[in-house]
Amino acid sequence: MSNQPESEKGNAAADSSSNDELSSPITHKTRAELAAQNAKTVKKLVFVVVGMLGFSFALVPLYDVFCDLTGLNGKPSDQAAIYESVEIDTSRMVKVEFITRTHSDMPWEFKAQVADIRVHPGQMGEVEFYVRNPSDKDIIAQAIPSVSPGTAALYINKTECFCFKHQPLKSGEEALMPMKFYVDPQLPKNITVLTLQYTLYDISARVQPAVVVAMNNS
Amino acid sequence: MSTETIHDTPASDDGHDAHHDHHIPKGLMRWVLTTNHKDIGTLYLWFAFIMFLVGGAMAMVIRAELFQPGLQIVDPHFFNQMTTVHGLIMVFGAVMPAFTGLANWLVPMMIGAPDMALPRMNNWSFWILPFAFLILLGSLFMDGGGPAFGWTFYAPLSTTYSGDSTALFVFSVHIMGASSIMGAINVVVTILNMRAPGMTYMKMPLFVWTWLITAFLLIAVMPVLAGAVTMVLTDKFFGTSFFDAAGGGDPVMFQHIFWFFGHPEVYIMILPAFGIISAIVPTFSRKKLFGYASMVYATASIALLSFIVWAHHMFTTGMPVAAEMFFMFATMIISVPTGVKVFNWVATMWRGSLSFEVPMMFAIAFIVLFTIGGLSGLMLAIVPVDFQYHDTYFVVAHFHYVLVTGAVFSIMAAVYYWLPKWTGKMFDITLAKWHFWCSLVSVNVLFFPMHFVGLAGMPRRIPDYALQFADFNKWISIGGFAFGLSQLIFLVLIIKACKKIGEPVSDQVWEGAEGLEWEIPSPAPYHTFETPPVIK
Repeated sequence: MSNQPESEKGNAAADSSSNDELSSPITHKTRAELAAQNAKTVKKLVFVVVGMLGFSFALVPLYDVFCDLTGLNGKPSDQAAIYESVEIDTSRMVKVEFITRTHSDMPWEFKAQVADIRVHPGQMGEVEFYVRNPSDKDIIAQAIPSVSPGTAALYINKTECFCFKHQPLKSGEEALMPMKFYVDPQLPKNITVLTLQYTLYDISARVQPAVVVAMNNS
Repeated sequence: MSTETIHDTPASDDGHDAHHDHHIPKGLMRWVLTTNHKDIGTLYLWFAFIMFLVGGAMAMVIRAELFQPGLQIVDPHFFNQMTTVHGLIMVFGAVMPAFTGLANWLVPMMIGAPDMALPRMNNWSFWILPFAFLILLGSLFMDGGGPAFGWTFYAPLSTTYSGDSTALFVFSVHIMGASSIMGAINVVVTILNMRAPGMTYMKMPLFVWTWLITAFLLIAVMPVLAGAVTMVLTDKFFGTSFFDAAGGGDPVMFQHIFWFFGHPEVYIMILPAFGIISAIVPTFSRKKLFGYASMVYATASIALLSFIVWAHHMFTTGMPVAAEMFFMFATMIISVPTGVKVFNWVATMWRGSLSFEVPMMFAIAFIVLFTIGGLSGLMLAIVPVDFQYHDTYFVVAHFHYVLVTGAVFSIMAAVYYWLPKWTGKMFDITLAKWHFWCSLVSVNVLFFPMHFVGLAGMPRRIPDYALQFADFNKWISIGGFAFGLSQLIFLVLIIKACKKIGEPVSDQVWEGAEGLEWEIPSPAPYHTFETPPVIK
């Protein structure tokens, strides 16, 4: 810290007992000067306070950017990937397991048609998920994916997924929802099993049905 | 900005302490309108003490329910409100205001300033505080009860599963935050601009140093807390999805934001304690503090490190091993500067001419018991064992050792140390010794067995427990009631002291006490250092 020289100066001045030379924060300071100096310090500190408040909200997008870049947190991309003709790595198989669950206040039935499939990295896989709305009201659902192990989230590319859209079902209706994906051949060799979990949330209260239809048709 | 207590020309020697005194209004309005740092310090300290008793009463409810297994006294929802509000009150209502009160009383006297730099803001930062806690306590009487999601208000507990009182909780935290930020700005401005001639940074008493660093921590992280509670408010009432996965948010992100505030917060509650102990130990050892400069650097490094360890509260949320390793080692590094401090206190006592007055007894208890709390913290920092200790009574034992026998004991030590200077009379030493020994024994009966039940797997924040924990919990509760009652001795002692009952003391009060505050008369006059002292 830069305070050390000041301290030495203070000591030296004290030793020579010449009080005039002491570095002094408030000697010769008039009331007006002190008030001006205080106002300046306060301004700086208020700037820090406002900056930190902004930072706390900036943490929200920063967190997502950080998770996207590192693939931490098991959050796969919520954008459709484009299948490039990658070389299929036939030397190994990856087992992809599917887990489905519904949030506590969500009445739908929701299950994958197969519990797991085995694919070569680079090879397209396709799975269908069955949903039924047994309740007596129309519900709009949103599926949120999560990948385990979390670091594998970067390597699972979905070209089509029901989780990219809101899913409306009328009372008593049922549907099969498709999901197409391929595993990036760059997937680290030590990962042989991937678990893809979908949680279904009732988001009827958040969105207007008309908006969903318009969005999903576009 | 009122600086009416400052002379235009500090060099003039004709400053009369008395000629300001006729301005002081009498009765209640004196306290409502006061801009005097000593009055505001007193207000803060009384407020903190009252909140300490209120939060303590809630702890008594918790311990009464846990006296035996099963549900007998309160229903689980009310139990959750008690654990939540107990935590909030003790952190924001007792420990932090007590330190702010001590800063108000002592910082100007220690640096030779006539008052705080911003006296009117000082009045505001105190007087909004009672309203914050009235709102918080009032929420307990609402339909559906008060906040019941723990003082850490994790989403989705606070966003999806909480009651309407969450809005009141959020507003009261906003007010507490505003109060803390204003108080911190005041402390920083005072220390940077108002030091007496010759009071260079490296001559400042350590209490001033630790408070300067604490104030910077407050300014940095209280706005983050304000942001976090605002996000909870909008998630709950205005349909945003900061922490709701259904809308693209993430509940784990809440924990990151909260602990980015929360970890510096725990150092906010302990750094001023380090300053207090660094003042008391040299006095009663009749030696200079060992390693003054290393104390300053240790405090600064603890403050800086506190920003990069937050995720050690979240090891069990599922992190990559690399992140767990980083946060584990960063946390362990903090024990190095903390160890420097403990070493310096012990080295100060080494071959000193020790005497064991009450402040010194509390200071020594602090050093020993805070170190126990630090050691259990080090155990919790180890990732693989944290998976077992997480959310058990071991954690409860850890943070009560650092906060009760750490922060609270240091505040009591400070009160006993400076009380004679404030009142001009020696406090009742017999009562003080009773208070010390009763507190010391009961606090260990209260918190030490929590280590054992925690290691055996008893979860925290649950109103019931498995039968095998019954005996230990009975002892813990007995210790809790005894510790609670012991504080009534303190209350009686403080009331006696405020009534100015006791032997008059000298200006220096304690043989061996050094510093500007011991050079002014006892009791400290209403206005001090209107003419700045010259520091030798």
